[in-house]
This record gives sequence, C-alpha cells and structure tokens, in this order.
Amino acid sequence: MTSTYDVARVREDFPILQRRLAGDLPLVYLDSANTSQKPRQVVDAIDAHYLAHNANVARAMHQLGAEASEAFELGRTKVAGFIGASRREEVVFTKNASEAINLVARVLGDAGAVGPGDEIVISQMEHHSNIVPWQLLAERTGATLRWFGVTPEGRLDLENDPITERTKIVAVTWVSNMLGTINPVADIVARAKAVGAYSLIDASQAVPQIPVDVTALGADFVAFTGHKMVGPTGIGVLHGRYDLLASLPPFLGGGEMIETVTMEGSTFAPPPARFEAGTPPIAQSVGLGAAVDYLSALGMENVAAHEQAITAYALERLVEIDGLTVVGPKEPVDRGGAISFTLEGVHPHDVAQLLDSKGVAVRAGHHCAKPAHACFGVQSTTRASFYLYTTEAEIDALVEAIWHTKKYFGA
Amino acid sequence: MTEAMNVDSLYQEIILDHYKRPHGAGLRDGGDAEVHHVNPTCGDEITLRVHLDGDVVRDVSYDAQGCSISQASASVLNDLVVGHTVAEGFTTLDAFQELMQGKGHVEPDEDVLEDGIAFAGVAQFPARVKCALLSWMAFKDAATQATGAQAAGKDGS
Ligand SMILES: Cc1ncc(COP(=O)(O)O)c(C=O)c1O
Repeated sequence: MTSTYDVARVREDFPILQRRLAGDLPLVYLDSANTSQKPRQVVDAIDAHYLAHNANVARAMHQLGAEASEAFELGRTKVAGFIGASRREEVVFTKNASEAINLVARVLGDAGAVGPGDEIVISQMEHHSNIVPWQLLAERTGATLRWFGVTPEGRLDLENDPITERTKIVAVTWVSNMLGTINPVADIVARAKAVGAYSLIDASQAVPQIPVDVTALGADFVAFTGHKMVGPTGIGVLHGRYDLLASLPPFLGGGEMIETVTMEGSTFAPPPARFEAGTPPIAQSVGLGAAVDYLSALGMENVAAHEQAITAYALERLVEIDGLTVVGPKEPVDRGGAISFTLEGVHPHDVAQLLDSKGVAVRAGHHCAKPAHACFGVQSTTRASFYLYTTEAEIDALVEAIWHTKKYFGA
Repeated sequence: MTEAMNVDSLYQEIILDHYKRPHGAGLRDGGDAEVHHVNPTCGDEITLRVHLDGDVVRDVSYDAQGCSISQASASVLNDLVVGHTVAEGFTTLDAFQELMQGKGHVEPDEDVLEDGIAFAGVAQFPARVKCALLSWMAFKDAATQATGAQAAGKDGS
C-alpha cells in the first residue's frame, strides 16, 4: 500500500468502525457497495446545518432562509467541481441514483425521443435501477430493449455490439456493483454518439472509488447516489449536459420547478430547478458537499489506488480457498472493490449468516442484478465490498470466517 | 461481555439434517395445483405441487432453490402435511407461522410441529423468517387452488 495513504488515520474519522457487535466482536464492514459508512466530518456538517442554519430554501425571505439556500447551493457547487461539470447548473439533485435514471427515462419518453421500431441499449450487468426504468419506457413507447452481453470473465461483450442506427438511448454502468468490472465507458459513449443516440452512464459505483470527469467522459447523462460516497442517504445526482437539460420537459410538478403558474398552465424554470420539484434534500446537499470535500482531501487518485490494492489482496486470498469461485474478473485490472463469490455446498444466505456471527458484514442475494447472475447460471452470490477504510486485516478476518463457514457446513 | 450471536440456535442439527437430506424433494408428475413462489429480497425460489386424494394431501412435491433454512423448511413441510387433510395441514401451517412470527416468544408444540420446533431459533433472526415461510406460503397457495379446482370440478359434474 502506498505510504501516502494512511488507512489507520482514515479509520479514525469513522466512529462506527470501532463498533463491537454481539459477542464483543469487532465490526468488519465489507458491505460498502451497498452503502458506505460516514465520516464524522459529514455527520458534523449535517448536524451543524440543522442546529444552526435550518430553514427552507429559495422561498424564505429571512436570514436563515438565505443561509440555508446558500448552503444548499454550495453543495451543488462542490459536487459540480468534484465531477468536473462545466457548470454547476448541470447538477440536478434527486433522492438517489434510481430516481435520477427514472427521471431521464421519463423525460426522454415525454420528449418523444423513442418510439416503435427504436431501440434502447443496456447491458446484462446493470443494477435493476438501470434496467427497469428502460423496460418501462420501452413498454410505454413501443421501443425495443437490446442488451450488451457479458463474457465468461465478467467483462462487457463489446464484440457483439447491439448499438445500431436504430439505437436512440444507450445506458450502461461504469462499475458493476456485482462483478466489480470497470467498463470502458468513454468508448461506449463514443459508439452511442456515432449513431446519434443519447447516452447515460450509471456511475453509482464509480464516483465513490475512481476519479470521475464528466466533461471528459462526454456522456449526455451521468447518475450516482450520495450514500455510497461517504455522503448521506436521501440525495442522488443527475448530471446532464446543460443545453440538453434545457431542452427537456419537466419530471415532477410542484413548487420550485416553475417560472410562473396560472390557471391556464405553467411555464418552467431553467435547469436544474426544472427537475427539482418541492423542497429539495437540503441538509443532504450540505452532507454531500462535506463528503466530496472529504474525498477530495484524501485525493481520489489515492482512494482508487487503495481500492485497487485491497481488491488485489482480497482476490489473492480468496482464490486460495477451495470450493470458492469468484464471479467476475479474477485479475485486479479494470476492477472495482466488489467481489462476488459462491462457496460450494453452502448457500450465500448461509455464508452471510455465518460471517455475520463472526462480525463480518457482507451482502448475500442477487444484489439487484438478477440478469447478471443469470449470465453465470447462479441465482445468488455472497459479495464482499471494500472502501477507503478497508484494511488487509479485515480481508484476513473475512478469509478466516469463510474457512469457519466451510467447516460449519461440512463443505 | 455481550452474549455471542448464537448461530447454533438458528442452525439446529435437525435443520442441517433436513437440508442435507431433504424429504420428498423433486417435482413428481400429476398434482392438482402447481405454484411458483419467490422471495424477492434474496431470490430464493420454489416450485411446489400439491397432489390431493379427496381432501387428503397425498403428496407435496417441490423443486426448491435456496438456503439451508428454506430447503429444510420445505422438507419439514412435506413430513407434516402429507397424509393429512388439507384442513389439518392449514392448522399446522398456522402453528408454524405463529412460531415464526413470534420473535422467539412462542413456545412450540412438539406434538403439532414435530421437527418443525427446530425452527424456533429462526424467529430470532428476522431476515431469515421469510426463508422459513417460503415453502409454507407456496403450500397454502397451491392447496387453496387445488381445493378450489376440486370444488369447481364437483360443481361442474
Ligand atoms: C450500479 C448501481 N446503480 C444504481 C444503484 C442504485 O442506487 P440507489 O439505491 O441509491 O438509487 C446502485 C446501488 O444500489 C448501484 O450499485
């Protein structure tokens, strides 16, 4: 591990990592792809906001209202800077990544971007959040859904490219939450552009662990979620090209998203307000701002290098266990910090339960990626996922707990 | 020192035995109703057929994919309802469901639940209760459909 990155120092910022569980066992939290833990800096920023500056935004004329509005918009500015947006108005706050993707599917549909005979391209390694909104859009419009396949190694099958002249939308994940694969998204965006299709990149697992520059990427839309990047729950981000956002109809109707309302009809505010009906996630924006400050202070290059190193170590240790099969790339190349696996003779549910009895928190099931599991002929897997506070000692604890599980079930 | 989380109370020997050697596993031909139930949180699945002989459950055949708890539960279900009337099966189901939803405060009746009492520990693991109930809910659905179909058949004749 690089000497500039001090995991022990980082862990001090996360009080929950000191938790003891039943049996006085230390917590080994290996479920960060599900949701990350939060550093004190983020929790303190949210606390300070509620305790000293709380008011509604935009509509309050008083001093607190001005402070809250400024704090809310500062969160947007910080996020825009963090992802390299060319202007802060390109950052739309939603409640999570799922809502951000649904927003795009809904407004593209309302704008008449797809119809019968048109195609929407996604991939078999998508999270359900980047599948179901497109299935619904296809049903509403008569468009057809096409899929990138997945190779046996767990990479996108780019050889059999489903993008054609009929493609109107391409929506693909940057980093798979199940396989851990990091996809060549710039290449996919270029392929979409070449046929004049809209592109959306699901960056829910990318923004937390690798440096992201949305302007360099050039996708029309990028979606991600606050709670996986040391930020709070209740806030997600949709980044969209400004001129594109400005040409699209609104998503939800309500306060804050209008220009004017009469009994005959309404006109709509410019982006991002057009897509943010009602009271927005104010304290969450403050928290997310603190989260990106935290990540920036660590340096995303360092976070990514740590993730890479810890994943390499985990892969190396896990393949030593006989009967354990990693589902997804086995080399730590173009690979994020989520490792899904099966253990011969023991169902993932039972693996997770036994690991939990040793204080090791992992996820078992389909991880909201049933088509990805189907590619590998499995119904469910156990997933260990790592983050900027994960240590080698925790990987050792995982490995030891897996051996214990094997013994327990006589596998 | 806080009490260790007792996984042994969850994984009783009886449960592991049923898991390793499930009773009545596999789908058999015929049957009066077939259902497919899924646990949406974890993806466990069961296809279950109820085979009736009058109002007696002659067989419950099933193909289950899932964890030890859900597999063992299907095996115990087979033990407890085959050879009994549907009404008796539903009474047993009620007792099993009460045990599962009792958060560990329900004292199981061994005369009614037999090996099913081993599931008492599951009630303390809320995330696993659904696993234990999957096959029972499938049985309830299938048996209700099968008796409904029988009644309709009688009406028609
Ligand atoms: C790749 C990916 N996309 C989308 C999501 C959905 O995020 P959220 O549940 O916050 O909407 C997740 C997280 O579960 C994810 O891992």
